[in-house]
Amino acid sequence: MSESDIDWVARSGKRAKGRRPEYFADPAVDRLTSILMALVGEVSALRERLDTVERLLEAKNAISREDIEAYAPDREAGAERGLATKAFVARVLRAVQQEAEAIEANDPPIEHWVEELGRKEQPCPPTSS
Amino acid sequence: MPPDVPPPYTALTRHAMLPRAGHDEAARFNFLSNLNRYLAEIGSRGNRAAYNQRVLPRFLEEHGREPEHRYEVRAAMNRDPFHRLWSALKRNSMEMRQQNGRQIVLRQLDEYNALARQYNDGRDTLELDDNVATPAYQNAVDIHCMPGSYHGEEVPGDISAGANYDLGLFATTAGGLGGLSDGGGQALVAWIRRERPEWAPRRILDLGCTVGHNIVPLAQAFPDAEVIAIDAAAPVLRYGHARAQALGVHNIHFVQMNAEDLSRFPDAHFDWVQTTMFLHELSARAMPRILAECHRVLAPGGLVLHLEQPQYADDMPLFEQFLRDWDAWNNNEPFWTAMHGEKLEEIMAQAGFSPDEQFVTGVRAVVDETVFPRASDNGAEDHGRAAVWHAYGAWKKAA
Ligand SMILES: C[S@@+](CC[C@H](N)C(=O)[O-])C[C@H]1O[C@@H](n2cnc3c(N)ncnc32)[C@H](O)[C@@H]1O
Repeated sequence: MSESDIDWVARSGKRAKGRRPEYFADPAVDRLTSILMALVGEVSALRERLDTVERLLEAKNAISREDIEAYAPDREAGAERGLATKAFVARVLRAVQQEAEAIEANDPPIEHWVEELGRKEQPCPPTSS
Repeated sequence: MPPDVPPPYTALTRHAMLPRAGHDEAARFNFLSNLNRYLAEIGSRGNRAAYNQRVLPRFLEEHGREPEHRYEVRAAMNRDPFHRLWSALKRNSMEMRQQNGRQIVLRQLDEYNALARQYNDGRDTLELDDNVATPAYQNAVDIHCMPGSYHGEEVPGDISAGANYDLGLFATTAGGLGGLSDGGGQALVAWIRRERPEWAPRRILDLGCTVGHNIVPLAQAFPDAEVIAIDAAAPVLRYGHARAQALGVHNIHFVQMNAEDLSRFPDAHFDWVQTTMFLHELSARAMPRILAECHRVLAPGGLVLHLEQPQYADDMPLFEQFLRDWDAWNNNEPFWTAMHGEKLEEIMAQAGFSPDEQFVTGVRAVVDETVFPRASDNGAEDHGRAAVWHAYGAWKKAA
């Protein structure tokens, strides 16, 4: 595999023409979200690489980097790894998923229950209207 | 029921022109295809809840009426913290897909440029034309956040845009288009076999073919047909031609041409004129011109077929229209929203197709589901990329 002559690292990160939408009030949050998601992607790739090493070592005692680069999971291993990645994404984005659930549930704030359960008298039954 | 997971990137069919991904590069795409599926599921749930529970009630309170247009829904949803975070994540996923795809392609660019030249040089099935200018509407922004769009080059005469397009389709569709990302083309073949089992078009024209992945199945299904696939952008044609050759498909002529002017072809020249996910990347001025050209070059008895996501019919809820519009505003698809708001039937009628010549039908991607599970089961459709299309077509009356 020969490397190309251009500065491929710099060129790959080129910005797409067109102004980027701002998603958050503070632009720093936009930037940090991008940085965080890039990092999350790298952790995922790292986990997958470790999985590859483990699977290769299960099959033979010594492996090379070439073995790792050439590894392609069969259907079963592919499904196992896909599931692991799916579970990983679900752990990282738990906050987003639970916010979706919270909007649906529309719970009262905890203060409501603190007050409710701390009250000695029975609250008046709501007057039916 | 076992959880359904996207196939690994390594399950893609490795035709000779597909730049080889290293282990971690493939793993990055695996992450992105999982992320995209997750965001589709969470988005369909969370955005709806946010709209029903807080965005719509607030709108009603402030305006004393329901929203009357998808843009009003959008303006209101853009104030919602869930929708903003979800959009930010999705936008990042698109950007990461581009950078990862470009890293794979650009670090090996010399090698694959050389390989493309082997497939391309001296072949009369690839016709490039320096005089074809990039249409203005292709130049406004880089479509779906692809740096350089379809026409950009890293070195003169290269294939980088085409290669990056081909290898990254996997990530945004989570493998839902199959090993050659040609589920759309396969669907066309299955559809025509059902519709007109005996029919064999002699000349087929594909407008805006990009890397030709969806026209290859048609060329294979009709090996005796002369297939002409045009695009305005040279880099995707160079790649697409080499890709078709690498797949052993030799009956497609790839021609650099602007679809607004098909004057090179006589009237009634083609039996089938096809566009696949093309119309939404034009402009309100170009689209009617192109649809009229389609009518002119189509032979009596011939078929014109435009594969797109569904138009926003009057009975489509505004919230759904808003969701389907996401790419217009967040993924550099500026004509997407106006195009989907058009009544295509009327524009096709102005182009010359009478209402009784026209039809609309649904087409679902055909892929090997033992390897590639469908992109959107469980109702969580990812609207920009779902492997389900509407086809707006017409059979031209025999003279
Ligand atoms: C979304 S892509 C089409 C994808 C492809 N047909 C498929 O099956 O997935 C749009 C393509 O249309 C091309 N294009 C845009 N305007 C054009 C024009 N006026 N004439 C020819 N090609 C054009 C672009 O260069 C780009 O390759």
